[in-house]
Amino acid sequence: MSLRPDLEIISGWIRRGARVLDLGCGDGTLLRHLHETRAVTGYGIEIDPDNVEACIRAGVNVIQTDLDAGLSDFDDDSFDYVVMTQTLQAVRHPARLIDEMLRVGREGIVTFPNFGHWRCRVQLGLQGRMPVVRTLPYQWYDTPNIHLCTIRDFEALCERRGIEVLQRAVVDHAHRSSLAMRLLPNLLAEIALYRIRRA
Amino acid sequence: MPEKIPADSVGLVEPKKLHFDEPLPLDCGRTLDEYDLVYETYGELNAARTNAVLVCHALSGDHHAAGYHSMADRKPGWWENCIGPGKPIDTRRFHVVCCNNLGGCKGSTGPNTINPRTGRHYGPDFPIVTVRDWVRSQARLADRLGIERWAAVVGGSLGGMQAMQWAIDFPERLAHAVVIAAAPRLSAQNIAFNEVARQAILSDPDFHEGRYYDHGVVPRRGLMLARMLGHITYLSDDAMRAKFGRELREGKLNFNFDVEFQVESYLRYQGRAFVERFDANTYLLMTKALDYFDPAADYGGSLAEAFRRARARFLVVSFTSDWRFSPARSREIVKALLDADRDVTYAEIEAHQGHDAFLMPIPRYVAAFGAYMERVAREVGAP
Repeated sequence: MSLRPDLEIISGWIRRGARVLDLGCGDGTLLRHLHETRAVTGYGIEIDPDNVEACIRAGVNVIQTDLDAGLSDFDDDSFDYVVMTQTLQAVRHPARLIDEMLRVGREGIVTFPNFGHWRCRVQLGLQGRMPVVRTLPYQWYDTPNIHLCTIRDFEALCERRGIEVLQRAVVDHAHRSSLAMRLLPNLLAEIALYRIRRA
Repeated sequence: MPEKIPADSVGLVEPKKLHFDEPLPLDCGRTLDEYDLVYETYGELNAARTNAVLVCHALSGDHHAAGYHSMADRKPGWWENCIGPGKPIDTRRFHVVCCNNLGGCKGSTGPNTINPRTGRHYGPDFPIVTVRDWVRSQARLADRLGIERWAAVVGGSLGGMQAMQWAIDFPERLAHAVVIAAAPRLSAQNIAFNEVARQAILSDPDFHEGRYYDHGVVPRRGLMLARMLGHITYLSDDAMRAKFGRELREGKLNFNFDVEFQVESYLRYQGRAFVERFDANTYLLMTKALDYFDPAADYGGSLAEAFRRARARFLVVSFTSDWRFSPARSREIVKALLDADRDVTYAEIEAHQGHDAFLMPIPRYVAAFGAYMERVAREVGAP
């Protein structure tokens, strides 16, 4: 089975032998891949018991806890990277959590669905409906995604909170990129990936 | 009484006993010159001797962890829910060893056995033993059984504390430590409950300073009270409400001090049943072992420092309604393991049963525990 392309991009950003904390690690795919290919020591944080079981089965270190309860169990700078893929939009206090990521980790890696994508704009702006797109497939009433943002929103937040963007990648739902997408990311990218640190 | 042994039970089992001649130095400074350990085993030891799992018992447990001693037994061993074919500690894969700890009352040397030096029961002369002492004696048992390295050392509550101590004291002798519903050390509240239990026993007129064997009596009231108190701390408020509510035995208030509420009747029954099967001196010793447990103390008060010695990988499990050793206490263990850079997985199981949950077949618990043990089995070539 090949790795989800966004995870492939993230893997490429992570140093060999690093210590990684994966927030909302799902079934542990990324950590397992990092362990096997980059000798990374890692821990995942996950709340869903099915995912916790999947991690255990995969031999991934997983800590069952609620991200909304914060990362108070983790010391400052205790990880090289704190990763959070496609989870930012589902937590209660995204800004606070990003601060926490960058307290615990020397660098943070964040991915999220770009709400500024033209399909979202068309559905909201022209049709007047809450967008339901490939990266955000839920209806407004049953979505776990409570804090949606656009690429510009995210970068504005980084600016305001003194966060330095080290690397950015923008891709579509199939995790392909293109020149046009890189020129007009907020309109054409479906998923944004960032490597960040405290400035 | 099982009409027929269930298919997922280890079936009829027989305790074994080993005598140890080599003196065992104890933390209290005294030495046990010789001692017996009673133990049971389930499942086959493989040729490479890599699939052995040590199960450590808690305060009132013993070596009889699974199966039945006879068809007349009313109940199977204390961890029947987790040990057996197809269960988390799968006896088709693992060779399971469980011993009655020193100071116990089920056949291993303890207060109710005869001191060869005096020809009398040890009684109050039996030294206060610690978790570390137990681990040392279990290591000798492993030597005698030809087990160089455990695939896993597993335990709940006080048993989980032994698993932690194993990982710290004998880092090379276990691959995994499974620590369920435990704590890195007791809180003042935990010690307070233990102290009330001890006072109940010590102040019973039949206690005779621990020499009750010589008087042909047992401190029934004291031991019963101690157990009733302990039992309250094993259950959650919710579990008690669900089980008993405020139900009255006779459906009305009688305005006296007899048993009126169902919960009173239950506690008294539990207390009385316990007196029949347990020894008061052992109860005192076990509560002391709990109070004294503090592996960080040897490492400048840092549990992380203690765990830096460990080589085992850890599974830590807690239960949401456990207020005796709450999830917060398990998270302290997890945090120390993270700080020490050890491999650790932590499962916090949603359960309303309180501390006792670790003995119950709660599906999420069984699934997580089982998945972990499957991985252990794969590693030791016992798929």
